[in-house]
Amino acid sequence: MTVVSIENVDIVFGDNQEKTLPLMDKGHSRDEILGMSGDVVGVQNANIEVNEGEICVLMGLSGSGKSTLLRAVNGLNKIARGRCLVRDGDKMIDMAKCDETTLRHMRTHRVSMVFQSFALMPWLTVLENVAFGLEMQGMPKEERLQKAREQLKMVSLDQWADKKPDELSGGMRQRVGLARAFVMDTDVLLMDEPFSALDPLIRSQLQDELIELQKRLNKTIIFVSHDLDEALKIGTKIAIMESARIIQEDTPEQIVLNPATEYVEKFVAHTNPLNVLRGRSLMTAIDQLAVKDGRIMVNDDAWIELDGGKLIKAHNHNGEIATVDWTPETILANTPKEAVFLVPANIAMREAVEIRYHADQFMILMEGDQCLGVLQDHNFYHALLGKHFGRDESL
Amino acid sequence: MNWLTDNKIPLGAWMENFVDWLVDAASVFFDLVSITLETMIISMVDAIEWLHPLVVIGVVLAGAWFLHRSIGLLVFIAAALLLIINMGYWVETIQTLVLVVSATAISVLIGVPIGIAAAHRPWLYTLLRPMLDLMQTIPTFVYLIPTLILFGLGYVPGLISTIIFAIAAPIRLTYLGVSKVPNELLEAGLAFGCTKSKLLYKVELPAAMPSIMAGVTQCIMLSLSMVVIAALVGADGLGKPVVRALNTVNISQGFEAGVAIVLVAIILDRICKTPSVKNEV
Repeated sequence: MTVVSIENVDIVFGDNQEKTLPLMDKGHSRDEILGMSGDVVGVQNANIEVNEGEICVLMGLSGSGKSTLLRAVNGLNKIARGRCLVRDGDKMIDMAKCDETTLRHMRTHRVSMVFQSFALMPWLTVLENVAFGLEMQGMPKEERLQKAREQLKMVSLDQWADKKPDELSGGMRQRVGLARAFVMDTDVLLMDEPFSALDPLIRSQLQDELIELQKRLNKTIIFVSHDLDEALKIGTKIAIMESARIIQEDTPEQIVLNPATEYVEKFVAHTNPLNVLRGRSLMTAIDQLAVKDGRIMVNDDAWIELDGGKLIKAHNHNGEIATVDWTPETILANTPKEAVFLVPANIAMREAVEIRYHADQFMILMEGDQCLGVLQDHNFYHALLGKHFGRDESL
Repeated sequence: MNWLTDNKIPLGAWMENFVDWLVDAASVFFDLVSITLETMIISMVDAIEWLHPLVVIGVVLAGAWFLHRSIGLLVFIAAALLLIINMGYWVETIQTLVLVVSATAISVLIGVPIGIAAAHRPWLYTLLRPMLDLMQTIPTFVYLIPTLILFGLGYVPGLISTIIFAIAAPIRLTYLGVSKVPNELLEAGLAFGCTKSKLLYKVELPAAMPSIMAGVTQCIMLSLSMVVIAALVGADGLGKPVVRALNTVNISQGFEAGVAIVLVAIILDRICKTPSVKNEV
């Protein structure tokens, strides 16, 4: 179900929009338009659909328009052209055209926001800060403080309820910011680089907490980041922006494997493949393995026998090797070390490497009862050296 | 050069005509304002004078304790007020305090809304700034004359002159505070559904409060500095003995009245300086 739908959105800062919009249509660049009309193009012809439960990450360098686009979703930035629809029950409300009352209703009940520099009110206590949005909803005092207290417990800050924000560390302050947004119980959360101002350890911890919270609450999140690793870690979908345009929108793995432009490629070059790549992109497919005397050779020492794609046996020179059916719930310590693991085709690289670290054998990627390919050291080295990343390289 | 001095532009005459016109056209209005304010101030002074001085000191001490919880401050205030009584300037001190507090209250009541309005409308501040500069730089004696003509002798011309002189502080500092509210806080307020008035009361004013309070404190000090000048147009208070001492070259009277003014200034300053202001920034 589509929750947020951004359709052909242009955002322009300045007073000469009648002059600027035709210039944009003629395909002039941002700098040319600034020179000709004095207006700054914030976002040009953006199109994104975000479905329920998705985390859509807007990625780009500063000035690329990602925060500008985010602020269109709750109407903080005015849209020059196009529509920015947000679901309200069965209706889709255009945030650019709705009246004040509707806009306020959407802001108090449908869309809430987390800010880069926290934006907590320094004169309110932590508890009152979390309750701020509820007060705008018109909730009575007792009830909203009660709800805020429960939410603070969820981010483990209930001990700090009566402190002022400046008594908290950066990480704790942003947890308050998260609590303030989550307590509104809105379907849509906008996050404007929420973890960028934090040091790396805290950042990664809060990313994990967000992923955990999201598993429980299943919100629709639009997340702005300039850090591709962060985007790959939490995003279910990534839109990369460069000078006011969205230049690529895809799943994390596809962004890494098939960067659309040199700009994206540069970003991708420094990512850690462990967090992104999955078995299917890593593997050597069955039909690419050498066949010798009717045996499908995995390496010089080991081979497998298949019957119509189904595994019969795995062998090495010592004889048959045991197999283990692996699922994400499997506890590795309880499995034999000398075994061939049968793993799902979409296994994350990190998990596959962990299995390889435990067991001494190759892995077979399965889809149902069909063997798709094998994973062994060579595949991992290939990925770790970044050889998957690159525009024109085939896999 | 002669031509230049011979053909004098009648700037002063214009102003005089304007004031004359005001007196003719609106004397009822000015009389009304004058009588109302005069009655209010005199009745406040009478009410406080009617109380026993020790009761008044007790109330001041209780207020100071409530705001600051400092024994040292209480000891100082008590000693200072007792010394004033001892010097025989109790009544004058009450008169001065009432004048200062009234001037400050009126300045804040008018100045803070103007400051807020100016912060929201850049053109208004552009308009206001030269006026504020003028009000603060033009020698106070100059506008003492028209206020004297319009409002007659007594507290009121002193009060009005004091307000003209002191109101710039709350206007400027309210403007500064409200226009310096971090953009992120405004965005947060809007993002969570503030209306325009909620944004003002729940975000802008609390965020600007330290600056506004600094404006109030400054306003009090500026008002106090007008005490002697207000005495020239007949406002009772600690300024009067100073003026009298000046006219009779009376060193001892001048010194004692001066000490009393300084003590009142220190007391007001210490009470108004809110220590919590620093924490809130």
